Amino acid sequence: METLHAIGKDIPKKESWNKVTGAARYNTDFNEPGVLHAWLVTSLYGHALIKSIDKTLTLKFPGVLAVVTGDSMPRLIGPILEDRPPLAIDRVRYFGEPIAIVVADSLSKAKEAAGKVYVEYEPLPVVDSLKDALEKKYILHEDLPLYRRIKPDEIFPQPGTNIANQIKIRKGDMDRGWAESDVIIESTITLPQSLHAAMEPRNARAEIKPDGKVIINTSSQGPFDVKKELSYYFNLEESKITVNVPLVGGGFGGKTTPQLEILALLASQSVNGRPVKLIESREQDFTTSPGHLGLEAYIKLGANRDGMLKAIEITCQVDTGAYTDSGTKMTRAMAADCTGPYNIENVHCDAFCIYTNHTYVTAFRSFGRLSHTFAIERAMDKLAFSLGIDSLELRIKNAVNPGHFTPTNVKLNSSNLGNLPECLKRLKQMINWDEGIRIELANGKVRAKGLSGLWKTSSSPPNATGAAIITFNRDGTVNLNVGAVEIGMGIKTALAQILAEKLQMDINKINVVMEVNTETSPRHWKTVASMTGYMVGNAVLDAAEDVIKQLCKTASVVLRCPPEVLQVGGEKVFLKADPTIFVEQRAIACGYKYPDGSSTGGEVIGRGNFIMHHLLPMDPDTGRGKLGPAWAVGAQAVEVELDTKDYTYKILKAATVLDAGKVLNPKNAKGVTMGGMCMGLGYGCREASLFDSGGVRMNPQFRTYHLMRYGENPEYLVDFIETPQLDSPYGMRGIGEHGIIGMPAALANALSAAAQVNLDFTPLTPEAIWKAKRGVSL
Amino acid sequence: MKFLDTGTIELLVNGEKRSALVRPSDLLLDVLRDQLGLTGAKPSCKNGDCGACTVLVDGWPVKSCLMLAVEAIGHEIITIEGLQNAPLQQAFVDEFAFQCGYCTSGFIINCHALARIHPKADEAVIREWLQSNLCRCTGYEEISKAIHSVLSTHKS
Ligand code: FES
Ligand code: FES
Repeated sequence: METLHAIGKDIPKKESWNKVTGAARYNTDFNEPGVLHAWLVTSLYGHALIKSIDKTLTLKFPGVLAVVTGDSMPRLIGPILEDRPPLAIDRVRYFGEPIAIVVADSLSKAKEAAGKVYVEYEPLPVVDSLKDALEKKYILHEDLPLYRRIKPDEIFPQPGTNIANQIKIRKGDMDRGWAESDVIIESTITLPQSLHAAMEPRNARAEIKPDGKVIINTSSQGPFDVKKELSYYFNLEESKITVNVPLVGGGFGGKTTPQLEILALLASQSVNGRPVKLIESREQDFTTSPGHLGLEAYIKLGANRDGMLKAIEITCQVDTGAYTDSGTKMTRAMAADCTGPYNIENVHCDAFCIYTNHTYVTAFRSFGRLSHTFAIERAMDKLAFSLGIDSLELRIKNAVNPGHFTPTNVKLNSSNLGNLPECLKRLKQMINWDEGIRIELANGKVRAKGLSGLWKTSSSPPNATGAAIITFNRDGTVNLNVGAVEIGMGIKTALAQILAEKLQMDINKINVVMEVNTETSPRHWKTVASMTGYMVGNAVLDAAEDVIKQLCKTASVVLRCPPEVLQVGGEKVFLKADPTIFVEQRAIACGYKYPDGSSTGGEVIGRGNFIMHHLLPMDPDTGRGKLGPAWAVGAQAVEVELDTKDYTYKILKAATVLDAGKVLNPKNAKGVTMGGMCMGLGYGCREASLFDSGGVRMNPQFRTYHLMRYGENPEYLVDFIETPQLDSPYGMRGIGEHGIIGMPAALANALSAAAQVNLDFTPLTPEAIWKAKRGVSL
Repeated sequence: MKFLDTGTIELLVNGEKRSALVRPSDLLLDVLRDQLGLTGAKPSCKNGDCGACTVLVDGWPVKSCLMLAVEAIGHEIITIEGLQNAPLQQAFVDEFAFQCGYCTSGFIINCHALARIHPKADEAVIREWLQSNLCRCTGYEEISKAIHSVLSTHKS
């Protein structure tokens, strides 16, 4: 039999034609007569006491059915630390915080009536920066010691301060490290909060059936998480909750922790369980729902004269905003990978997760590494400059390699790490590094290049699972049902490829269930951390094995031979030794009927699962532990052309080489990587959540919060190397997030070289570069 | 003058006459989606900033969040659902010019109009047109390839 290959092929996404014809349905595309609409009343202050909420006028407004306020759910919630009221109670801690939900029979009435809710505030001092927070300008959570710690082994709040968490990494011997260092540099970086800005605003719909069953329809990356959390917060049996997720219009981490689902359910409760839709406006999506963390980091880095890194001391201060949500977990994740992809034996890292009156933050593509990488890679460039060593050579020299230990003391091998030196070498050629990193052109223009290395592992619970169910149609075609959500990365198609390769089938004959329904889809932890291909992919392989076993068993009866001599492929089960003796898959997948009409076999249903193994929580004193099964490494570069007269610049090229383990779908992998790069460059050059001194968001719209637009993108150079991860389907590594990680750092390194000044911040606007050049503080 | 709360209007959408019960302030986008079931045009900013809601009005791309339904009376409206096997749809599939797909209807409609109105568009024109749409997932290269592939078939 000829081998069929689905792996390594440019297979268009299964839902492609639905997406180009407008037929693809997202959560707000389902119209239903009689559904009620909710609109949020949100805080106008960054920090204030709520003296009173007057709903009289709103309740009199025609069409209004209910106004829900914080007293309807007087408890705190949070995935790691319970510190956030779903609706503000007596106090608001960020601009945009939800205060009330107005439910009406039309959206326009809900909106108009929401304007009539009168909230009386008493403004409080605003903690507008990490500095304010650390100087205790105001303690934002006086009850911090009383808050329930959901994950006690990873959250260590410091009562009486604004520090929600501190993670420590202690490795090696710092005194020895500094003693062995001939050159020591110090570097401080500042990065603002920013936004996910998925094109589909966050939204949810809730309904309670007369039998008590809760139905949630939501745009979420974690349907099973929504079910789990709602069950816990509302004290409902999990069997009483069904969560449906159709296609999701972009997530980037921002649609992971439940937020609007809880509010929609409160709204539905207030109207006797009638269905209620809650759709955020763009402005609410930008201010009420969580964003991406800010970071200030200090690094002291030492090396010997040959450029071998000897010691590093790092302090990270994460701006988690008003509440922790995933901020604490990202703080931990950046600490765990704190050296960047470089081998340093002596490491001292303190990572703090700090409350401010900014928007609270949640998971964001790269889970903190984007920010932390900026700190490391700026320091690497400064060190190279001090040592007079080529910065790419410095990175190759110090690259993590098999046999090294991570900051949390995980021993690395080629399977769990990949090959960073190879990525750097490939990158070097791709961007013609040897022509020089700074070239002066005519008219005061300068062309310059900058680099970044990157690595990332995942941070899943040690018992996270993935699962798959395979069923057959009577014509022998296959249905694949998994709990992974299609957020745009092409995961459903990738899983179909894995299955097609394993069953040796035409991928067009594999149907993937696009929607997730927590009642009928098998559980998957959540579609995050670039881990779905690994976790659910392994479950699909397991389910495929199960299918093969069942097909061979029935076929062995039909073909009168032991199952071991049979093989599945090309929609047939055939004799390994003589493929001309076979039975069609379709003849046995739903039971085999003998010529005389009697039958045997039965429906083939494949089931497969996967659970994380050998993960260990981090030790609170030293950080020893293992957060994820493997890393993916890579190297990136940016080439800019800077006008030294006005500091405007063009991003000419951006390059990425990732160790993908095995590229399942090259065109898709390149696309996802370029998307990450574009997002990273946007963050590097212009994206930032801007607050005034009262904590009011200054740029809550696309008109003022500028994403990259068509034609502003550079020329992309993307390549992959393949060092297989042995326990992953076909050796693949999760790389969905990685395109973003080193981009802001590479951009800052390129611009620092071009402008000949240290640029240790984003956004890198021409004005900010000019100020840095003039030595004016920002 | 009498203030009309709601009234029935007739719209010409994708070649069909459709009637809708609207308020004077209803957006074309909302009426298309909520009353006519044409949910291909997407709301993302409802502020004219992103282009996800783009439809054709008399052949020109218009952000349907910036147009009232009543303003569309007497005009010919084409939504993404009205495009059948347009070269741009094939090009978007072939070039992998979308990930989540939420911006796609708007991009395709805009590209489709561009290819008709400026079949020989140069880079500057393409840029000017497509900068009115946002995509958060892709890095725009695939969208660029898709529009170029269609324009070059026009050129040859
Ligand atoms: S929704 Fe119309 S331009 Fe954004
Ligand atoms: S494909 Fe997701 S926004 Fe463009």
